Amino acid sequence: MSKLMKLNLKVWRQKNADSAGNFEEYKVDASPDMSFLEMFDVLNEQLIETGKEPVAFDHDCREGICGMCSMVIDGRPHGPKQGVTTCQLHMRSFNDGDTITVEPWRANGFPVIKDLTVNRSAFDRIIAAGGFISTNAGNAVDANAVLIPKEVADEAFEAATCIGCGACVSACKNASAMLFVGAKVTQLSKLPQGKPERETRVVAMVNQMDAEGFGACTNTGACAAECPKQIPLSVIANLNREYIGAKMNGK
Amino acid sequence: MTLESKIPAGDIATKWTQYKSTVPLVNPANKRQLEIIVVGTGLAGASAAATLAEMGYKVKAFCFQDSPRRAHSIAAQGGINAAKNYQNDGDSVYRLFYDTIKGGDYRAREANVHRLAECSTSIIDQCVAQGVPFAREYGGTLSNRSFGGTQVQRTFYAAGQTGQQLLLGAYSGLERQVGLGNVKMYARHEMIEVVKIDGKARGIIARNLVTGELERHFGHAVLLCTGGYGNVFYLSTNAMGSNVTAAWKAHKAGAYFGNPCFTQIHPTCIPVSGHYQSKLTLMSESLRNDGRIWVPKKQNDDRHPNDIPEDERDYYLERRYPAFGNLVPRDIASRAAKERCDAGYGVGQSKMAVYLDFKYNMMQKYGRTEASKLNIANPDDETLIRLGKEVVKEKYGNLFDMYKQITDEDPYEVPMRIYPAVHYTMGGLWVDYDLMTTVPGLYALGEANFSDHGANRLGASALMQGLADGYFVIPITIGNYLSKEIHTKPISTDHEAFVAAEKAANDRIQQLMGIQGTRSVESYHRELGLIMWNKCGMARNEQGLKEAIAEIQALRADFYKNVRIPGSVNEFNPELDKAGRVADFLELGELMCVDALNRNESCGGHFREEYQTEEGEALRDDQNYMYVAAWESKGDSWELHKEELKYENIKIQQRSYK
Repeated sequence: MSKLMKLNLKVWRQKNADSAGNFEEYKVDASPDMSFLEMFDVLNEQLIETGKEPVAFDHDCREGICGMCSMVIDGRPHGPKQGVTTCQLHMRSFNDGDTITVEPWRANGFPVIKDLTVNRSAFDRIIAAGGFISTNAGNAVDANAVLIPKEVADEAFEAATCIGCGACVSACKNASAMLFVGAKVTQLSKLPQGKPERETRVVAMVNQMDAEGFGACTNTGACAAECPKQIPLSVIANLNREYIGAKMNGK
Repeated sequence: MTLESKIPAGDIATKWTQYKSTVPLVNPANKRQLEIIVVGTGLAGASAAATLAEMGYKVKAFCFQDSPRRAHSIAAQGGINAAKNYQNDGDSVYRLFYDTIKGGDYRAREANVHRLAECSTSIIDQCVAQGVPFAREYGGTLSNRSFGGTQVQRTFYAAGQTGQQLLLGAYSGLERQVGLGNVKMYARHEMIEVVKIDGKARGIIARNLVTGELERHFGHAVLLCTGGYGNVFYLSTNAMGSNVTAAWKAHKAGAYFGNPCFTQIHPTCIPVSGHYQSKLTLMSESLRNDGRIWVPKKQNDDRHPNDIPEDERDYYLERRYPAFGNLVPRDIASRAAKERCDAGYGVGQSKMAVYLDFKYNMMQKYGRTEASKLNIANPDDETLIRLGKEVVKEKYGNLFDMYKQITDEDPYEVPMRIYPAVHYTMGGLWVDYDLMTTVPGLYALGEANFSDHGANRLGASALMQGLADGYFVIPITIGNYLSKEIHTKPISTDHEAFVAAEKAANDRIQQLMGIQGTRSVESYHRELGLIMWNKCGMARNEQGLKEAIAEIQALRADFYKNVRIPGSVNEFNPELDKAGRVADFLELGELMCVDALNRNESCGGHFREEYQTEEGEALRDDQNYMYVAAWESKGDSWELHKEELKYENIKIQQRSYK
């Protein structure tokens, strides 16, 4: 059993969307092998046992793939390590005696529900606007009927690994959702199956993105730097290319 | 009530085709008048909701997560099976059918499994059409790999995140229908009651998890696509929120529960490292394509794995099962790991782990091929490792990264340490051929039903079943019921049945909030999990199961006296959500033990220590137990109903992978 670390936490507490929030300070002992969320489990057990309200935070799969966990840790979405979600961040990335500040995703498009939990339904509405290929079950031809070069499939896959967590928005000073939208547009526009709708898709998704109040991209690159799945900034370039192309064609 | 499985007559190979050609249909105009509730948005739920909406039905879909895209199907790693025979290795629908029945240790229903195998090929076509970026070969065709319990390569994959890609495909189809106004989506909602009117399922009571309000929703039919109940063990590879609540409320409302004791313990998971642990992480079965499992030949060998020479390693799966080697089915691989660890050959700090080692294939399989491609004659070991590592990285990179992140060890350099963990539940709500439960109008799809995997599921078959049920089975079979419902007008949610169901749900919530004891919900869940793991886990026996039943009853009584739920009802309160789920697990756990105690045989993942062969393999009793145990809730107890299983197309034998 590894030695316990003594940590000071500054955690954002906010009763609901309508109330003002504030930071509360807590002390927790954590093992270096714990995940960041398991450290929060320990904190919540302490709070419940002492008759206080536990901290509400979103989490589900705890293996870095569902995209539900969402904490800004010391000012960085998903914390200090590159390429990991909060649930896959381990306490060995911190030092004994550290003070750690934990906040919810910060963006107008993601209103706070309670404490560290936010509402990300805007992302679903962007997908509903166009993030799909219009095909009904039963229509498909044989899966090998259309050959797709490996490089194209790999490129589409890389973009498709986005988990929709929203770290990109939270990291961006403009709260832009262009990395998220760019990833989906890139996946579908690269694949032959996605070509027929590529112009209508990109315009519909960008319109919805704007309607949700997400900002524009000013090429800072914080989104790609903080993305736990390391979606590259080039998807935004591709999004712009697709959008301009569609607009030139009068879409 | 007698169980009617409603399996159509006729030859196994043409049954489903025949059924599809003769089942009653609902015309497009009538579809628009019919409302369907879909609970859960994993592979089964999302695909069903999308497809039914495409057909013209009015659909309402519910999930407890903040978005339908987060359902735990997302975490499936290795792949999805389909009898495409793209590898020209002799695969066929029959062979997939046969492998699945045999893999399930002859406890699954023939007709359902054959239908599943038939649908498998269309699933891959559908997913590719949706833009699912499966792995491909340089020539542009789809790539395949092998999974346990088969000798062909029929598994389609997208690196180590196949579930994510398949679910995002189904989710995009679902969101498309949301955008078109054909599906109304309710995220952060949990179903906590089934509403029955005149014996038929007519809706649900759902709780809005943000506001705490109870809502009444009407549907001509209700589909439960709510996944499995592995979290009854507390530690499992399931998501934290995965729960049995919807299925359990259906069970209490009259749906029989099939084979509840059939749980799958997955052999390759990252071992438990501390008491604070909240979940276990799977290392995909696909790793067994290229990883070799071993322990030292000496007991309590504390040497570093890289210092243990080849001839002092026991590749026990290859030794015991030469025909299938490292690719034996999951139940067999798990028991073999437990056997080695119990006998004192385990590794790592806890000694409850075995090695999964990639070095051999990294060098000899991939390294040599790459060297050959580059015309490097007589490559040295360093070159082989360097070249092989790149291939392994491409196939399993995300899994290797995840392993390193959790354990702080680099699996490219040191063998992984793995141990079995709870992963999947073959048991679930009993359904007939139409996927309807014993409550008319109430269906169960995907892992939530009991139907296709018998006593052990083969790898890469869960994704196949979820999508087959949602895309291709329910859209057809639901017509059999709804064609008779076209005259049923939507029922007002002011109906007394809705009022009563809402009151029952509200009473339960008030009861839980009123306890105000001292112990956290989590502590009860953890204690229940330990009872289940120790006494109803990888090995079970009569005495242990009887003890477990008494312990669970006592724990449940204590829960209702001493649990402490902070906060209030009408707000976002995850502790209250969890309390309701744990309350249901505390009842389900007992039923699982009752079922395991009833089944005096070993089969698949259900291993009763009293019933084993001399070599320690599961010993079935086909004479007395070749049935599905379907349990009817009788308040505080259960009544057993049996569905006899008939094997007309497969010769039953002692399962052998030697």
